[in-house]
Amino acid sequence: MELIRISDVEKTYKTGTVALYDLNLSIKKGEFVFVIGASGSGKSTLIKMLYREEKPDKGSIIIGGINVAKLRNGKVYILRRKLGVVFQDFKLLPKLTVYENVAFAMEVFAYDKKEIHKRVMEVLELVGLKNKVRQYPDQLSGGEQQRVVIARAIANKPKLLICDEPTGNLDPETSMEIMKVLDEINKMGTTIIMATHDRDIVDKMKKRVIMLEEGKLIKDIEKGKYYNETV
Amino acid sequence: MKLFRTISRYFRDAGKSVIRNFSLSLASISCIAITLIVVAVALVLSYNVENFAESIRKDVTVVIFLDKDTTESQRQKIAEDIRKTGNVASLEFKSKQEAAEETKKQNDIFSSIVDGWTDETNPLLDSYMLKVKDVEKIKETVSTIRKMDKINTINYGEEMVDQLITVFKAIEKITIGLVIALIVVTSFLIANTIKLAIFSRRREIEIMRLVGASNTSIKIPFIIEGLFIGIFGSIIPIIITIYGYNSLYSFFDGKLFSSSLAKLISPTPFVYNASLILLLIGVVVGMFGSWRAVRKYLKI
Ligand SMILES: Nc1ncnc2c1ncn2[C@@H]1O[C@H](COP(=O)(O)OP(=O)(O)OP(=O)(O)O)[C@@H](O)[C@H]1O
Ligand SMILES: [Mg+2]
Repeated sequence: MELIRISDVEKTYKTGTVALYDLNLSIKKGEFVFVIGASGSGKSTLIKMLYREEKPDKGSIIIGGINVAKLRNGKVYILRRKLGVVFQDFKLLPKLTVYENVAFAMEVFAYDKKEIHKRVMEVLELVGLKNKVRQYPDQLSGGEQQRVVIARAIANKPKLLICDEPTGNLDPETSMEIMKVLDEINKMGTTIIMATHDRDIVDKMKKRVIMLEEGKLIKDIEKGKYYNETV
Repeated sequence: MKLFRTISRYFRDAGKSVIRNFSLSLASISCIAITLIVVAVALVLSYNVENFAESIRKDVTVVIFLDKDTTESQRQKIAEDIRKTGNVASLEFKSKQEAAEETKKQNDIFSSIVDGWTDETNPLLDSYMLKVKDVEKIKETVSTIRKMDKINTINYGEEMVDQLITVFKAIEKITIGLVIALIVVTSFLIANTIKLAIFSRRREIEIMRLVGASNTSIKIPFIIEGLFIGIFGSIIPIIITIYGYNSLYSFFDGKLFSSSLAKLISPTPFVYNASLILLLIGVVVGMFGSWRAVRKYLKI
């Protein structure tokens, strides 16, 4: 089943930079898709349009039945509740513990304390941080912080997880650990779209790969074929 | 249940924010308190002035003397016309005989003189005693009456009434102006406090947006923070009003200048009504200030 359909999307920033054009793309439920391309090719722009941080100038982006391109500012939260977002910079609240950072995302939904506790412990176990719930972000390594962010992003059980260079600040080994966590989340049914520079990761993961070049989609490589294509 | 949790979360967030930005909140709270103290003084003044004016209003009598040759029907017509001015609280006729009787009572010398008068030789005039409803329009009313037929002369404490009205109006204008100026300053200060609260929480707000908090749920805690500032700011002025006015009242024993005209209004229920007004102004100014900051700095 189709989760995301992007049709004829074009994005020009106020500065006149054409960041994306002529973009057509369909992503099925449960897929894991990498978005790759040189710096400035439009990866982050695509990601931002998916969670409606930016609006396309033309075309439509349908996510789970919502036309994100036409979504009014006051309604953006409806979309955001259906997806999780992970960035390169971790965006954790420094004064809250690991537990509180994850619970923070759930409090927005006004679950009760018991529900929150159960789910927070569940996702922290999933990312392997159950023993660090009381620590503060600055007492964690980069990889651990990123895992807290992932836990927070999936706490509300989103159907879609959007990641913009989640391993950008991490060493290769830690990056692979993060990828394992993401893979596991994907196997549980969450669709994942991840923009990255890291060719090693893309190589190893054997997933669908979308390649951008100067704002244009130039290759859409099926799951597992990436290595062959690029040799 | 869910709604209750949401609301209690709003209040908790707002409370945390007040505490986190305490030194700033304190400035806003003090400013609102000063404003409200001035408002309280203004209330005490204007209520008492109003009360004082009311007693003058009840006391000012316009005496309208009629010409000697006024007939019974002309007299009736004059009464009708006076009523038509619409500014009549009470109107009484006093015949020259009654006036003579009154004069007699004043002292013995008068008494013997008056006794010598017959209806023909009585030099006094028939008159109407008018009490007006609105003392501020007394001039107008008097000049209308003066134009009527068979009016001899009209007497009233013209000078004093005019002066009092002018003074009251000036006092009222000054206090209203002061209150407005203070409210403007305060709402700016509160807007600034909330602005800084918004900046100090911008990471939190960014994350809240990312995880799907609605705009309203992001904004409401800041509005509540303004509400708290308003409530905290009104506590001291309310205490001052209640205790201050009560002791003022007992100090003057309810009277000013030992005159029965200038009575202070009694503290109950006045101080409670005034407190309610202060709280209301505090809350409205607090929320208005924060609403402005939220609109300006929480553009979504
Ligand atoms: N807010 C903005 N205003 C103006 N131009 C922008 C803005 N954001 C991005 N751009 C421009 O749009 C183009 C695409 O940027 P984008 O951030 O999507 O690239 P990217 O593929 O994510 O690059 P990187 O790999 O370096 O993160 C670039 O030329 C960039 O300069
Ligand atoms: Mg980028």
